[in-house]
Amino acid sequence: MDMFYFILQNTMFFMIPLLIVALGGMFSERSGVVNIALEGKMVMGAFTGVLFLNIFQNPERVTDHGILLLALLVAMITGIVIALLHAFAAINLKANQIISGIAINMFAPAFAIYVAVFYLHEQHVPFINQFRIASVPLLGDIPILGPLLFQRTYITTYLGFLIFGISAFVLYKTKFGLRLRACGEHPQAADSVGVNVAKVRYAGVLISGALAGMGGLIWIIPISTRFGGSVAGYGFLALAVLIFGAWKPKRILFAAFFFGIMQTVANSFTGIPFLLNLGIPASFYNMAPYIATLILLAFTSKNTQAPKAVGQPYDKGQR
Amino acid sequence: MKRDGLLSFLSTLVVIIAGLAIGLIVLLVSDVERAFPAFWTMLSFGSRSMRNIGDVLLGATPIILTGLSVTFAFKTGLFNIGAAGQFAFGGFVAIYIGVQFTFLPPALRIICSILGAALAGAVWGAIPGLLKAYRNVHEVITSIMTNYIGMYLISYTIQNTIFDLGRTTTVLLPDDSNLPTLGLDVIFREPLGTGYRSSAVNAGIVIAILIAVLVYIILDKTKFGYELKACGFNKDAAKYAGINQNTNIVRSMMICGAIAGVGGALNFMNGTGLSMNAMPVLAAEGFTGISVAFLGLTNPIGVIFSGIFVSYLFLGGARMQPFGFSLELVQIVISVIIYFCAFVLLVKNNLGTLFFKRKE
Repeated sequence: MDMFYFILQNTMFFMIPLLIVALGGMFSERSGVVNIALEGKMVMGAFTGVLFLNIFQNPERVTDHGILLLALLVAMITGIVIALLHAFAAINLKANQIISGIAINMFAPAFAIYVAVFYLHEQHVPFINQFRIASVPLLGDIPILGPLLFQRTYITTYLGFLIFGISAFVLYKTKFGLRLRACGEHPQAADSVGVNVAKVRYAGVLISGALAGMGGLIWIIPISTRFGGSVAGYGFLALAVLIFGAWKPKRILFAAFFFGIMQTVANSFTGIPFLLNLGIPASFYNMAPYIATLILLAFTSKNTQAPKAVGQPYDKGQR
Repeated sequence: MKRDGLLSFLSTLVVIIAGLAIGLIVLLVSDVERAFPAFWTMLSFGSRSMRNIGDVLLGATPIILTGLSVTFAFKTGLFNIGAAGQFAFGGFVAIYIGVQFTFLPPALRIICSILGAALAGAVWGAIPGLLKAYRNVHEVITSIMTNYIGMYLISYTIQNTIFDLGRTTTVLLPDDSNLPTLGLDVIFREPLGTGYRSSAVNAGIVIAILIAVLVYIILDKTKFGYELKACGFNKDAAKYAGINQNTNIVRSMMICGAIAGVGGALNFMNGTGLSMNAMPVLAAEGFTGISVAFLGLTNPIGVIFSGIFVSYLFLGGARMQPFGFSLELVQIVISVIIYFCAFVLLVKNNLGTLFFKRKE
């Protein structure tokens, strides 16, 4: 049973950043802008967030959630700034959205390492992990549910679920959500009823920047004590989660959970006697999440539809 | 047509200057005093001797091929982000044949290595192609998956076959499994003491340029290339014209994979003792290829020059380290250039239509 709890607790560490970043990608792509730059935004968010912690953190305190929230804010703002570049190219200049995404993905790690090397004289920015919650008061003592959700956890886990709830609400129950979806499906139609397509798309891309930047920091905190300019392809994985999740919040939640648990099993199979006894080499456990995704996508994609206008710059003259 | 080529060249030049200017600003912000000498080193080192020029060509070889791979895909309406995996598979198979097939005469072994690499890359490229054609899965996402699967698979295979435990890489290629230098070592060398020090540049760059020309001919001068491009331009129109779109997607991806695979082969068969890492890492050449492709304005001949340019910057950029600047500055410069490239295609197209309209 302890093993079961352990796996689920660890699953959260991988699932939550994937969930948040994929939801970010959802806002951008449902508005009609391809967002291959999630990886770069995550890297930049993680970098500035960790740098902020590195400078302002007080090592004397045992737990310090205030500084964590501030760092998350810094990461979000960074993500928004980077997203502005993407939005400008994609919306104002009607440029190829994949190319500017590639540029951002290339720029982010190079910039992070360049700055780190120049000011700290090493590639990694260290920080202290003082954000782990051993057990949430009261809630952590509930049998079964306590160990599952409220022990060995981070405040960011709840933030992730909160963002999920808000995202689903915004997308389906608000005027803005309806307009966003309209711009991604048929921008001409949206425009004809007075929706400012450029504005809505800007909003979509900037939200994705904020969430991706934040997701980068949330990814690095539980699993390391230093940041070295890489989020290990999680931005791309989030993109896979988004597509596997068919651009819909609930399915994204499920996809992120699936990835999280696969990743956890891959990382900790040596501690699981049953899996260890199978004698399968570690490499294959590492491959498993990706192979499983390929297979699942092969069977589920035939009928899923990407937002119809995704990747196409909006051209007023085109009907 | 001529006007178009000139326009491309000029717009690329503007973009490169803009990228370099931002690089210089980053250097100036970091350290005013050392910025200019470091910047000058980056810009001039690649041409300071014939040997350095040779090294630029050596470094350009693999990225020209990954760049061609991305270009070929882009021209046929696909986005090949999987060049990293195809490149790695090609490299591994080439090394495997070079190390294990010593019963073959060297010339035949080298040819087998390259063909084997092409085949391996094609097989790895076929997976996203098949999934795109028959299962409607976007090739970007499947390529990302196949990159990671390939990374672990190759790491595992190296560790169980041609593994050098001490260096945690593949074992060293025998000398006669490397590409011939074709006398290039005599051209690209610099005096050292009483003798010469040669660059390791070899037949690889010649093969890369030949493949670029071949890609140009296939895409622009053959019916096959026309059909592939038609699918990229407008798949419904292509279908209406009786072109089998699904088969062409798979063919395109296999050709892309083969080109990137050959890049992997040429990268490791250069006689410098470069071996493949047995740890799971994605091949950077695959992603540099994307930059090279767009910097070359997704034109096969342009890719030759952009590959050489990027290699030139990397070689010079590595020399900035004594000034306290890391090689990452080069990546920053190139990424800024790529970002601006996104505008170039646009500006160029607009100017192009303007020009045509006037003519009518």
